[in-house]
Amino acid sequence: MPNAEFSPSIDSRPTYAGLVSQGAAHGIMVADDAGAEALCDLAGSDASVMDHAHVLLVGAAAGTVARIEALKPRALHGAPDLDAATPLIKRLLSEARMGTHLYLAGSEGLMGLVSALATAEGLPLDAIQMEHRGSIARRMQCVHCKGITEDVTTDPFICSHCGLTLFVRDHFSRRLGVFQGVCVDAEAPGEVPETQEIRA
Amino acid sequence: MSKLALKVTAVETLSPLVKRFRFESPTGAPLPVFSGGAHITVEMPEGEIVRRNSYSLISDPYDGSGYEIAVRREDRGRGGSRHMHTKVREGDEITVSAPANHFQLDLRARKHVLIAGGIGITPFLSQLKQLGMEQKPFELHYAARSREEAAGLKLLPGAAHIHIHISDEGARMDLGAILDGQPLGTHVYTCGPDGLITAVADQAARLGWPKTSVHSEAFTAPPPGEPFEVVVKSSGKTVTVKADQSLLEALEAAKVEIDYSCRGGACGRCETHVTACDGRILHNDHWLSEAERAEQKTIMPCMSRFKGARLELDL
Repeated sequence: MPNAEFSPSIDSRPTYAGLVSQGAAHGIMVADDAGAEALCDLAGSDASVMDHAHVLLVGAAAGTVARIEALKPRALHGAPDLDAATPLIKRLLSEARMGTHLYLAGSEGLMGLVSALATAEGLPLDAIQMEHRGSIARRMQCVHCKGITEDVTTDPFICSHCGLTLFVRDHFSRRLGVFQGVCVDAEAPGEVPETQEIRA
Repeated sequence: MSKLALKVTAVETLSPLVKRFRFESPTGAPLPVFSGGAHITVEMPEGEIVRRNSYSLISDPYDGSGYEIAVRREDRGRGGSRHMHTKVREGDEITVSAPANHFQLDLRARKHVLIAGGIGITPFLSQLKQLGMEQKPFELHYAARSREEAAGLKLLPGAAHIHIHISDEGARMDLGAILDGQPLGTHVYTCGPDGLITAVADQAARLGWPKTSVHSEAFTAPPPGEPFEVVVKSSGKTVTVKADQSLLEALEAAKVEIDYSCRGGACGRCETHVTACDGRILHNDHWLSEAERAEQKTIMPCMSRFKGARLELDL
């Protein structure tokens, strides 16, 4: 699936400029199954970028893993999901030196979470490259109970923690890597707009 | 800008060129606390004119019992630091601005590397106290020409992560060695001469540091120069800027309303539109880009001067 074109919105909404090779600099690359395609394209533009890259694939299919392996990254790691990947991402970040570049590709949820981990380690956002691929599902935080609901594809949606009906906002927390969901029927309980698929 | 009427309670000579001053409230009331790297603007009335210079606070940011600054005497300057050295004594009243900070720490950083050249040590003295309080990892590198000139030596605690580089003793600072291999998420801060700031920025860029991890504060007072005239558009009034006065000081003396903060060409607060310019603006600030300088459509009155027939400001 190609890089999604998101419609212009408030400044808070992240945008993803795409991956550009930083040549011989050390790299940490994190991608999901759809995002791995962006890593292939990156290696296609500059094969040497893989010589210095630690690649972590999250929930990638066996075929995808084989394709990345063929690009001969310096190291290749795998994890079934973001929760399982988090300790490894933290370790890679904690061992890395200044001058290391972070390349993220895939869903907004993956990029949001990993960039939040990286900024918590002091890495400025402008040192993080991101390319959106695949689903436009969002990682949403309920502003009321603070619980996070993964893979939200409809607006409104039901908070998986407190059960409130939440409106999907473009307001994004860079600290947490989540979009904000706000109770949609607080003024008039029960008056809930029709549910629709979220759009890019 | 809120002002504080304080009393000079201590003056101490730190080195042949640097004195430390302590100011406290005459009533003993606590002063506003600040953050590491903040400065105050000190008013120095002399006859009809009031000079205002900004100095970094070197005292503990969380200690409201007083403010301390360290002033290096610049004999070729406009006279502000000379005034501090020769006229200000214990017991004097002194007016200062509330603290403002254009050189704060990025508290998201995992580690802070502080690099000071000469009197550029001053903003780091308050930052050190903040970093200590917050238990943040840091290292400080202080470069000075000679031990005698290094006023900071009397103010720095002895600690393993505080490194002194005295060039007369052959211990020059090696920026490559300092910056290479720092952990991801390190931020570097430089204060001192322009050459040092540029050298750190260049070295960081060579090592692939992101620009937003590299911070600096140039230590600049407005340079004196040839007298010149400016026209204030709203009133048509002509203001003469004397040789040892900055444009901002001349405008203030002429009662022209103008906002300011750092008075050193770094913060951008006093940026002023130029409505007519027949001549050349002598830009001395760190705020305008090369393109903006070339356009001659804006000027930073705190630092910059003018040479030519006519300069009209949108004030």
